[in-house]
Amino acid sequence: MKKRSIRRSGIKYCKVVGDLGMSKYKLDNTYRAIVLGGSAGSFQGITKILSSIPDSFELPIIMCLHRLKHVRNGFVEALSIKSTKPVTEPYDKEKLKKGKVYLAPSNYHLCVELGNSFSLSTEEMVNNSRPSIDITLETAAYSYKKRLIGILLSGANKDGALGMKAIKDNGGLTIVQDPNECMIKTMPESALQATTIDHVLKVTEIIEFLIELDKNYK
Amino acid sequence: MWSINYYGNWIMHNIEITDLKRLTQLVKDNHGYDFTNYAMSSFRRRVNRILDLYNFSSVNGLIEKINTRPAFVEEVVNEITVNVTEMFRDPSFWREVRDHIIPNILLNHQSVNVWHAGCSSGEEVFSMAILLREMGIEGKVKLIATDLDNSILDKAKKATIPVKNMELNEKNYIRFQGSETLSKYYKEENGVAVLDPTLIENVSFRKHDLVRGGIFNKFDLVLCRNVMIYFNQNLQNEVLKKLHESLFKYGYLIIGSKESLIWCEIANKFIVVNNEEKIYKKIRD
Repeated sequence: MKKRSIRRSGIKYCKVVGDLGMSKYKLDNTYRAIVLGGSAGSFQGITKILSSIPDSFELPIIMCLHRLKHVRNGFVEALSIKSTKPVTEPYDKEKLKKGKVYLAPSNYHLCVELGNSFSLSTEEMVNNSRPSIDITLETAAYSYKKRLIGILLSGANKDGALGMKAIKDNGGLTIVQDPNECMIKTMPESALQATTIDHVLKVTEIIEFLIELDKNYK
Repeated sequence: MWSINYYGNWIMHNIEITDLKRLTQLVKDNHGYDFTNYAMSSFRRRVNRILDLYNFSSVNGLIEKINTRPAFVEEVVNEITVNVTEMFRDPSFWREVRDHIIPNILLNHQSVNVWHAGCSSGEEVFSMAILLREMGIEGKVKLIATDLDNSILDKAKKATIPVKNMELNEKNYIRFQGSETLSKYYKEENGVAVLDPTLIENVSFRKHDLVRGGIFNKFDLVLCRNVMIYFNQNLQNEVLKKLHESLFKYGYLIIGSKESLIWCEIANKFIVVNNEEKIYKKIRD
């Protein structure tokens, strides 16, 4: 608990220096993509993030969210309604583009391919999931190495923990939603056990982080 | 099996692209399988899986094993290729085949030649066989199913499915709105669902490698769903040329629901019949 209060007071302090033009999270423009994982209890947080980032947000956001396998339609539309940017489900071999928001399609794993494109896979479920967050995060980490930011939100199983570890092992930046804020905290807590997490943030702070990050790209 | 193993002891080996290139070159030069143009992200994960399953510490260990026991390549091929499949996957697609595609072909033809390219353990073939029986046109349709993996073809010919998969298959069948219940087509024996053998008695299962194999027949309908996703763009272009050549003019090509011809060189020789279900029609030779 002590850690939390330090972190939170740190944020308040930084808010002040932020106004003086200094950055709170010491970010730069070396990142090339953001991967975002979530499961049970993450939908609200995700729509909040997607509705709060500027529509000129530069980095591609690759989302892998647990979803019903047999329902192909509807989810991407539900996410798009509130989002400042359209959300699309990439086709196999689609090129990743700046400023786009992608969602892993139902019943496929979404892999990031070397050379900035996607590959889909129907292979075995991982952590009882297809799409599996571990697969998206791990393949993205392999492609982008330290130029990747991983964010993991609320969820009821440990999918994503080893993906976050892969991101950290490759030198990337890791963020989980504050377990105290999560509807179901198993997912971020598993990631905290599996690897070093750079920031434990509430959804509003994740938004703050992303907005600050984006300023480095203007 | 894999997911339990994976769940408990997920180890990502440090696999470099150069390791994968040495492996694919060896298998290509000495063993007649060509994985050099597989999509790197999923191929690396499949190799990682083999290292895990057989307890190799590195790709070098795997290469040594292949060198000392060449027959091991068959097992490698079986593990590299993804053999996870469902009956009636994407039920709305199967309804489309039943209600529009096959009736359309039969408007102009007495019989229909169908190729399941990359049939894996056969679930799509079984789905098609059931669909045809329910349409009452089994006798008019010739099914050919191919895969590059001998052991998975043997499995397909046996037409047995683990009972644990049947729940999903049943659900898909209900969404497909078949005229029976799926249980009419199989009986359970020792934990496996044994399909009615008469369903596939006229299906020709053959070994064929989409990457290295040639054109062997002409078809009215080619199903190649979620097979080319494991290939890179160059290989997709090569394979699509073969699929195109294997189709009669005005024949249908069907790919997976999240595959697309948009980036493929051959796209202008097809028109989209149904974009949602990824059904294309060949309009140019």
